[in-house]
Amino acid sequence: MKQISNDVFPKISTGIDGLDEVTGGGFPKDRPTIVCGSAGCGKTLFGIQFLAKGISEHNEPGVFMSFEESKTDLAQNVRSLGIDLEKLIADKKLRIDHVQFERSEIEETGEYDLEALFIRLNHAIESIGAKRVVLDTIESLFGGIDNAAVLRSEIRRLFRWLKEKGVTAVITGERGDKTLTRQGLEEYVSDCVILLDFRVIDQIATRRLRIVKYRGSTHGTNEYPFLIDENGISVLPITSLKLDHKIYKQIISTGLAEIDGLFSKAGVYKGSSILVTGSAGTAKTILASYFTQESCRRNEQTLYFAFEESPEQLVRNVQSVGINLNPFVRSKKLIIHSSRPSLQGLEMHLLILYKMIEQYKPQTVIVDPISSLISIGTAGEVRDMLVRLIDLLKIKGINAFFTSLTHEEGLDQKDQTVNAISSLADTWIDLGNIKQDNQRVRNFRVVKSRGMGHETETRQFIITDKGIKLLGTKENSENNKKSK
Amino acid sequence: MKDTSKDKFIVEGKLVLQLYVSGMSQKSMEAIENIKRLCDEHLQGAFNLEIIDLYKNPDLASQQQIIFSPSLVKQLPLPKKTLIGTFSDTEKTIKGLGIVIKE
Repeated sequence: MKQISNDVFPKISTGIDGLDEVTGGGFPKDRPTIVCGSAGCGKTLFGIQFLAKGISEHNEPGVFMSFEESKTDLAQNVRSLGIDLEKLIADKKLRIDHVQFERSEIEETGEYDLEALFIRLNHAIESIGAKRVVLDTIESLFGGIDNAAVLRSEIRRLFRWLKEKGVTAVITGERGDKTLTRQGLEEYVSDCVILLDFRVIDQIATRRLRIVKYRGSTHGTNEYPFLIDENGISVLPITSLKLDHKIYKQIISTGLAEIDGLFSKAGVYKGSSILVTGSAGTAKTILASYFTQESCRRNEQTLYFAFEESPEQLVRNVQSVGINLNPFVRSKKLIIHSSRPSLQGLEMHLLILYKMIEQYKPQTVIVDPISSLISIGTAGEVRDMLVRLIDLLKIKGINAFFTSLTHEEGLDQKDQTVNAISSLADTWIDLGNIKQDNQRVRNFRVVKSRGMGHETETRQFIITDKGIKLLGTKENSENNKKSK
Repeated sequence: MKDTSKDKFIVEGKLVLQLYVSGMSQKSMEAIENIKRLCDEHLQGAFNLEIIDLYKNPDLASQQQIIFSPSLVKQLPLPKKTLIGTFSDTEKTIKGLGIVIKE
């Protein structure tokens, strides 16, 4: 995503992967931003990460004023994410002030203000020269006293004060019934409001982020999925479907000379996407493995996402048809990532794909089968998600190979996947498994291949311990008619 | 129980009080005036009042968990209480300090 150039005010990095892209550069500098959401949505972590990354990446000290969790609890909670709060505190880069109060211990006897809190905050900021401040969650104060009106006007004053102080602040808020935050804090902050959402759809937890408001700045209005993993929070930016990616003229092999021969250019274009559809047991994974093997032989970093088999199982199974992936796994040319589709939501899988693509910078990516992902998403999202994935691969010039499980009837009964990605795939191969003379006959058909001619006849093939073998064309004229 | 007042007020032990104010603001002045008057009138020396300006001792704000100003912290006798405001509400203040009015 390109940074928006006409933004007039400066922004600072949020420290959250992907969020800078979505906000066109980050949070408004020296202004307060509200981050709201229901309990457990990740607000506190969001704040901590904003500070921790500010320190590690921009050397900007930060103050965390906690109205809920203690310093010890906070440190414990983020330790698993590789953030060492104690060290940051010892290095005088971070200051945590835990604001504690007990309703039963407080008696209101007349007029008061929040000046003491201002003094605390000011002192914390000055003591380390903080540039970033997090208030988590200041609305808790409303539970402590009766005079909400005073608190409101004081919080409003606090926001103004933060601006004048020249610090970039993140103020978290709990989601209210009708308002974004319980006390309607979003009304006081006119610059940037971000909503975090945590939903469980079909028993799968999904986290979303939405930029509700960002004054003076263009921003995506979509909901962006986000992930909390061992590296903290990352947002999945939705790259819009732009067709201006780099085009390659080079031809790469599919890994099987006989199949290459079906294409007029003796292979497929580099950086293009291949879709292989077929019912169960039609050798989709074997084809994918040929492609994988070939990619590794070209000495390309290859990522294989297996949603049905474990890495060991995959390697063993394709070995039985003469494809040896073992050396590549050992040399780390090939990374096989297995996971059960149902463990996480579609976005989470895609995020993991994104992150692994970022980490390993592969030249070839295999997703086997992509239909597993589809079964866990709701119909509407599926296409968008796949578009994003294919887009990303295209932009990066990665060779993509997707398999997809279809129903026995083949293409007549159009599948979700087929609908979703067949138009996006550059090359589409359909595999069949038909009964003929009391025998299962496998067949192979190139449905399309953009930018080159290809064999249009359906070819039969057999699988031996040496691999896939295409049979001649003439004998199968009967099948060809069928599959038209 | 120790009767420290002439006859009207009873308080358990000596009151140890800390008044945290933010500089010479109007609220600060009012609070100081009110609490002094209240203590002098009703406690006759059975108190120890310390007045602290948070601007001069910003560290104490977080150490003592002061959020509102003015804040009067009753350290002793227990239970600890924090009275916030200018103490214009005498009844609430007296009650908050745990002073019992003897008929």
